Amino acid sequence: MLRYLARRVVLTIPVLVGVATLVFALIHMIPGDPAQSMLGESAVPADVDALRRKLGLDRPLAVQYGSFLAGLVKGDLGTSLRTGAPVTSQIAERVPATFELAVAAMVVAMVVSIPLGVIAAVWRGTAVDHAAMAFALAGISIPNFWLGPLLALIFGVELGWLPVSGRGGLDHLVLPAISLGGALAAILARMTRATLLEELRELYVRAARARGVSRVRAVLAHALRNSLIPIVTIAGLQFGAVLTGAVITETIFSWPGIGRLLIQSIGFRDYPMVQGCILLIAVTYVGVNLVTDVLYGVLDPRIRFE
Amino acid sequence: MTRAGAIIVGMAVLLAVVGPFITPFDPSTQQLALRLEGPTPTHWLGLDELGRDVLSRVLTGARISLVVGLVVVCVSATIGIMLGAIAGYFGGRVDEIVSRMIDILLAFPGLLLAIAFVAVLGPSLVNVVLALSIIGWVGYARLVRGQVLRVRELEYVLAARAAGATTGRILLRHLVPAVLPAVSVQATLGMGGAILSEASLSFLGLGVQPPTPSWGRCSATAARICSTRPT
Repeated sequence: MLRYLARRVVLTIPVLVGVATLVFALIHMIPGDPAQSMLGESAVPADVDALRRKLGLDRPLAVQYGSFLAGLVKGDLGTSLRTGAPVTSQIAERVPATFELAVAAMVVAMVVSIPLGVIAAVWRGTAVDHAAMAFALAGISIPNFWLGPLLALIFGVELGWLPVSGRGGLDHLVLPAISLGGALAAILARMTRATLLEELRELYVRAARARGVSRVRAVLAHALRNSLIPIVTIAGLQFGAVLTGAVITETIFSWPGIGRLLIQSIGFRDYPMVQGCILLIAVTYVGVNLVTDVLYGVLDPRIRFE
Repeated sequence: MTRAGAIIVGMAVLLAVVGPFITPFDPSTQQLALRLEGPTPTHWLGLDELGRDVLSRVLTGARISLVVGLVVVCVSATIGIMLGAIAGYFGGRVDEIVSRMIDILLAFPGLLLAIAFVAVLGPSLVNVVLALSIIGWVGYARLVRGQVLRVRELEYVLAARAAGATTGRILLRHLVPAVLPAVSVQATLGMGGAILSEASLSFLGLGVQPPTPSWGRCSATAARICSTRPT
């Protein structure tokens, strides 16, 4: 197991270096002079020069790249052009909010999708199955930038049950979590149905029933347990979609997380902050994929020996 | 289910083609006195915050969304097929370089990378197409590379080489046509994804710029005002 873990970690290193390189290159992709672009067309040359020096853009590219990587290792992502504060500390303030939202969305997705998928599989071909899968299809088709405002309109504005902006108690989390977790719930419900149908055809389920195990127990304790492996994997791999979706959801519900910070920083042309946010989301995504990969190896030993 | 899907897609394409010719009003004409008016017999979907006819904007926006989807799929499929076929056919160092590029780009959630590119290039329709194409080719390249690795070992490819066909001819006439069915499936899925990504970027204010109507932009405007003027 340790060898498998070490191999997965080693394989991740070049990807992380590539991610860092691409994020570094972003600032150099700005058409024209990046410093001029950040300050605007009306900026005086002295200010542009000062910013160029501050960002290190007057140094050779290789030197800039080296100091960027060295800064990353030390956790230094530069300073925000808007606030003058370190990017790392500003991002650190926002991480808990995004983490809270992402976890809540995953919980919503799991709580909705697994029962829905089980019901659809057990009553396959019936009206219940068709209704569950129609619900899942709607969930996949509806973009969260439409679902979010719709939920806010119904439950916030019309019914007045839930707050529609900001971070606070659990009530503030409900609408953003449903909006973000909706699509994932739909994907996982279809996945649960498909994998459970496969498992239900297996002989061990029939053997369990022949031994007198109840239908409910055969489904939940035997078949569902085995079908959870691919479901957990897909849930992990879909975490990237949750992180990207969080950018939109946080904007809709004024949720003070990394996604909102990213969009605000783009508006202010605060490129060091943009770089920091993108790097953090990408590294988190790579990290979650690595954990999912390793977990898959733990859950299914055959994977480790391939 | 297939027929229902075909009907929905067909209607969207039809609206995109004929939409701008049948719009009841100019999508940019403002009637400020009637701003935020609800649906009426004259304005079926009402008017937006600047008094523009929502139905006309939705119909015109359909064309933009579909054109973005089509262009992104064409550009990214062309790049993906080229790089994937070259990587799969030549193998070795070329394959290594292309595969590492794919790995790195796949390490980012797709829309996030598009947001990053648009953030530095500036929000515009052209930059959205560029950004979505830059992230879109990866899926095609990975698919084509895998297919070419399999097909290049088949006997008809060996026969073509024995008959004196050049590498370019083998790639273009023998390998690429063999992978096109798989690519076409990916392209249909990719088109939906590109339309949704464009709408998401426009929703965030990073895509199509005003006054050009797009579905994402219309949704963003509606989302902003729905809490104060729900009807």
